[in-house]
Amino acid sequence: MSTSTPSSPTLAEPLPTAPRGWHKLTRLIEPIVLLVPSGVWLLLLLVAPTLLILELSFIPGFRLGQPTGGYGIGNYLEIFRPIYFQVIWRSVLFAVGCTVTCMLLGFPVAYWIAVMAPPRWRNLLLVAFVLPLWTSSLLRAYAWITILRPSGSLNSLLSALHLPNQEWLNQTPAVYIGMAYSFLPYMVLILYASLEKLDKRLLEAASDLGATPQQTFWKVTVPQTLPGIAAGGLLVFITSLGEFVVPELLGGASSMTVSRLIYNQFLGATRNWGLGSSFSILMITGVSIAIALLLKYGDRDSALT
Amino acid sequence: MSQTATRDQSVSKTDTRLDVELRKVFKVYNGETAVRGIDLDIHQGEFFSILGPSGCGKTTTLRMIAGFEDPSGGEVMIRGKSMVGVPPYKRPVNTVFQSYALFGHLTVWDNVAFSLRLKSCGNAELRERVGDALRLVKMSDFARRFPAQLSGGQQQRVALARALVNHPTVLLLDEPLGALDLKLRKEMQTELSHLHRELGLTFVMVTHDQEEALSLSDRIAVMNNGKIEQIGTPSEIYEHPQTAFVADFIGDTNLLKGRIESIHAETLQIVTDSGLRILAKPKTHWNGSNASEAESPNSDASEAFISIRPEKVHCGLSAPADSINCYEGKLKHVMYLGTHISYQVDLETGDRITVLQPNRSSLMDLGTSVYVYWAAEDCLALAPQE
Repeated sequence: MSTSTPSSPTLAEPLPTAPRGWHKLTRLIEPIVLLVPSGVWLLLLLVAPTLLILELSFIPGFRLGQPTGGYGIGNYLEIFRPIYFQVIWRSVLFAVGCTVTCMLLGFPVAYWIAVMAPPRWRNLLLVAFVLPLWTSSLLRAYAWITILRPSGSLNSLLSALHLPNQEWLNQTPAVYIGMAYSFLPYMVLILYASLEKLDKRLLEAASDLGATPQQTFWKVTVPQTLPGIAAGGLLVFITSLGEFVVPELLGGASSMTVSRLIYNQFLGATRNWGLGSSFSILMITGVSIAIALLLKYGDRDSALT
Repeated sequence: MSQTATRDQSVSKTDTRLDVELRKVFKVYNGETAVRGIDLDIHQGEFFSILGPSGCGKTTTLRMIAGFEDPSGGEVMIRGKSMVGVPPYKRPVNTVFQSYALFGHLTVWDNVAFSLRLKSCGNAELRERVGDALRLVKMSDFARRFPAQLSGGQQQRVALARALVNHPTVLLLDEPLGALDLKLRKEMQTELSHLHRELGLTFVMVTHDQEEALSLSDRIAVMNNGKIEQIGTPSEIYEHPQTAFVADFIGDTNLLKGRIESIHAETLQIVTDSGLRILAKPKTHWNGSNASEAESPNSDASEAFISIRPEKVHCGLSAPADSINCYEGKLKHVMYLGTHISYQVDLETGDRITVLQPNRSSLMDLGTSVYVYWAAEDCLALAPQE
């Protein structure tokens, strides 16, 4: 240690010759310099496009190639037409259905992995659940097409069991199945993180105080993991609300969702950028409110435990 | 019941009805035996402690009484009823957990009311009982707080109130004071003792703190390696340990290994491996009775441990005229403990004897030649450990 040269001063020991003002300046500039890369990234790829879309949402809308009005809020009023309102309602319904399905399927799985399975299996079981996330969502959607199509594996199985065949592809059930499959791993991961932190001694304490396993579940496990349940539910809800691939590939014409509508306005036949932008702003606003709620109430809950 | 009365005379004058009985209880975890066939009788209204080093199976024993573990063999009975296959929520016991295990999402009041609400107890009765329980542990002013807003000692009180509100037959305490600092621990010990007297409930406490067990308990079971080494009142355990382990674990002791040279009616002569010749009085408590020892044949070959408590050892600059067990040595360590002074004396034979003296005389200097001596009746001869 004594051999270290004095020519390599650390930050804690500034050169005695360095003026104090200079030191003050670097302390001021340092965080700015460090923030620049991510700041530029956010400005260029998040803030600027959002502002661009906000601007676009005020341009005159088009119908059948003809402008439908002047520059203004016309596109936002358009949203409230029954046909579009139906699309929004369907999107919300899909997202709620997907969230509920994931919660019902994911909670028992997460509970089993976190509480009941032997600890040395836990990581392996989690990896098994997360594995599908490593393949492209497009690929997974195509896999479901081969399963659900009229001559697919599902119907072969049903035939073998002498059950009536199902025409789920390009219908609502396919959207639910595909979306629940896509988001289940996220739900399991978040619920697992919450259940894994759950103090198992609390379950023993409840049992000791006379609670049956069912009472323990509703009075201790659920309240204790509420932040995780809220986080998982909201995350799945938000991502499934904006899901494009599954409804597009599995849903058919009857499953028009907001994200597909936006796609159509920009790249499809209709080419109504103004309307697409107003729908985008609507989605961004809705999702932001949901995230703000999660941050606010999620934080308060975790502070209590 | 008569069997237990004869086994332990000390409780014959108190209530001998049994609250908890363990019969040849075994517990095996993944091929490892945690509890090796123990028998326990815990009397009604008794403050009973299970004392032992970590890993001795004491917590497992408590968990089998609570119902969190099922015994691999044997039987657990509470108030004469077999508890085999009875889940914890159906047992008439409540537990104060080592970590308190309070429900973080509930206020103090709701934590205490938890068990009453499950039983759909009436509103007025619930208010009264929760209020009483909180008053009992002096936590009435904190009813609206959440556990995270309380100190460790306060959480401990809430855990007590939560376990007591249900009026259990037996209160189980798993290292209840282990997480508290020394001063608070002393305070809570006093309060636990008061509570026990006031409520008249059976308390079963698991602890590794021998001082805590000695000061609180009516009776103590000392456990080691999954077995019970000795059951008795605190003074029996301390004054008349039956095994070398108990002598060593409860309090400090000078433990010397040797063999019995001769046994007479009055004295027992033992030569330690290092060559010390020690006279001891055969005790009625040694291995249960005097008679059994006399029967053991070829006693000159039998191994034994000698245990002398440090506070029973005298230490001085000159040898007393009449002392039998008197040895010369050099003072190697002096520890000033405030009320007491602890000396360590190295004998010429290489044995190290610890002496504890009240802080009355002036300190002796390191390296001084001193004499250590003790009375024959203060020396316990103990059967070797298995």
